[in-house]
Amino acid sequence: MPSTATPRRTPFFECHRAAGGRLIDFAGFEMPVRYTGDVREHRCVRNAAGLFDISHMGEFEVSGERAGEFLDVMVTNDVGALEVGQALYSPLCRPTAGIVDDLLVYRLVDRYMVVVNASNIAKDFAWLKEHVPAGVSLVDRSDETALLAIQGPKAADVVRGHVPDRAFDLGYYRFMIGPMFGAEGVISRTGYTGEDGFELYFHPRHAAEVWEGLMQAGQPHGLEPVGLGARDTLRLEMGYMLYGNDITDDTTPLEAGLGWTVKLGKSCDFLGKSVLERQKAEGLTRRLVGFQLDGRRVPRHDMPIEFGGREVGKVTSGTFSPSLEKPIGMGYVESAAAKTGTELEIRAGETRLPARVVTRPFYTRGSHR
Amino acid sequence: MGYPEDLRYTAEHEWARNEAGVVTIGITRYATEQLGDVVFVELPEVGKKLEAMKPFGVVEAVKTVSDLFAPLAGQVVEVNGALTDNPALVNQEPFGDGWMIRVRPDNPADLQKLMNHSDYERMIEEQHG
Repeated sequence: MPSTATPRRTPFFECHRAAGGRLIDFAGFEMPVRYTGDVREHRCVRNAAGLFDISHMGEFEVSGERAGEFLDVMVTNDVGALEVGQALYSPLCRPTAGIVDDLLVYRLVDRYMVVVNASNIAKDFAWLKEHVPAGVSLVDRSDETALLAIQGPKAADVVRGHVPDRAFDLGYYRFMIGPMFGAEGVISRTGYTGEDGFELYFHPRHAAEVWEGLMQAGQPHGLEPVGLGARDTLRLEMGYMLYGNDITDDTTPLEAGLGWTVKLGKSCDFLGKSVLERQKAEGLTRRLVGFQLDGRRVPRHDMPIEFGGREVGKVTSGTFSPSLEKPIGMGYVESAAAKTGTELEIRAGETRLPARVVTRPFYTRGSHR
Repeated sequence: MGYPEDLRYTAEHEWARNEAGVVTIGITRYATEQLGDVVFVELPEVGKKLEAMKPFGVVEAVKTVSDLFAPLAGQVVEVNGALTDNPALVNQEPFGDGWMIRVRPDNPADLQKLMNHSDYERMIEEQHG
């Protein structure tokens, strides 16, 4: 929703200005959309490493003896299976199975950290607060948390010597707490690009020194700051969800192809479970698919998708893929049109663009293991 | 940043340059900065008649798409074929090699109805608050 309020700034605002970032309003924050160019920044992440300010995202602290049980009732994935030092991706659903948000749950020794989309901070907090039982504490730590991502095949080289060596032994979706460029915080092997990398959570008072430290350490490895433009093309090449586009309050995790995050067999009931069980038993009427186009016209959000001369859905995300050098997109279609290889048409005004359903990820050469 | 003084401008960020009765048309640096990296430009065929302020083509950037609007009525006499292989020219040289079409105007005086560089600069400043 467009807001007339003054956009908020992350603790890296001055860094973006100094780096020549073009700032736009995104989810109520003044964020860099690009510094040099979308394609250059995209390739920098695929070939070397990129530095992203994602401090606009929200962080909630959930603690108390039954914090884990509470989260397991709220989300579809299995929080109970998390080890200390492990993170989990999960949808957060309503009883209708519509998705409130997609988020990360980090299990720390004595608490959980829940990381949510910037556009959903208020909504998620209210939703969790509404359900939080006595004895579980829920605190919004977003304003006390700076968050940077370093992503790319050279990401480890960038931070080597500046984080504990143990950070390099951590597997995907594992994290540790330790020192980093003069700050201390969560060093997480997560990301939204398909590349190897780190996400660093720390106190905003260290923002400038961590940013400068990273830029300096990364210079010999080709590290460049990367804006939201390339962040979106990188995630879309991986087929990752963007909340508000590919998943919303009106779509379910099963329809979105997130079945791997829905643990119907976990030991407790959770919000949305009965609807998801029914969808699983009865089959889906629509599914999110990925498609690729041969021309140079690009599918865009909300363009109608046709199959056999009939509208069967709408584009949720589309872009020109810098890695594949082809237009790609995702969208919900009736299940009959969802099979890999199905020929679709995307309607762009008066023009119909031929598209073909393909498997995701679109890009399969990323460096994350 | 100054915009070339010998050009005329539209509110949709096209520019037009008159050279001996043929008008060259492209998009401004402001437009390319808004669009980001251009990956494709769909242009009309030579001979096509254009209506003033009606779409004559499409410019696709990685993140966004925009129609191209004819600054004035006329007939297309040339299109920039170099953009087929190298659409990035639009970003690199919006006022030079990144031009899009050349048009023989129905009424050359129409050019005077467009904004001059100082009007255009003022409009951008106002839009940017």
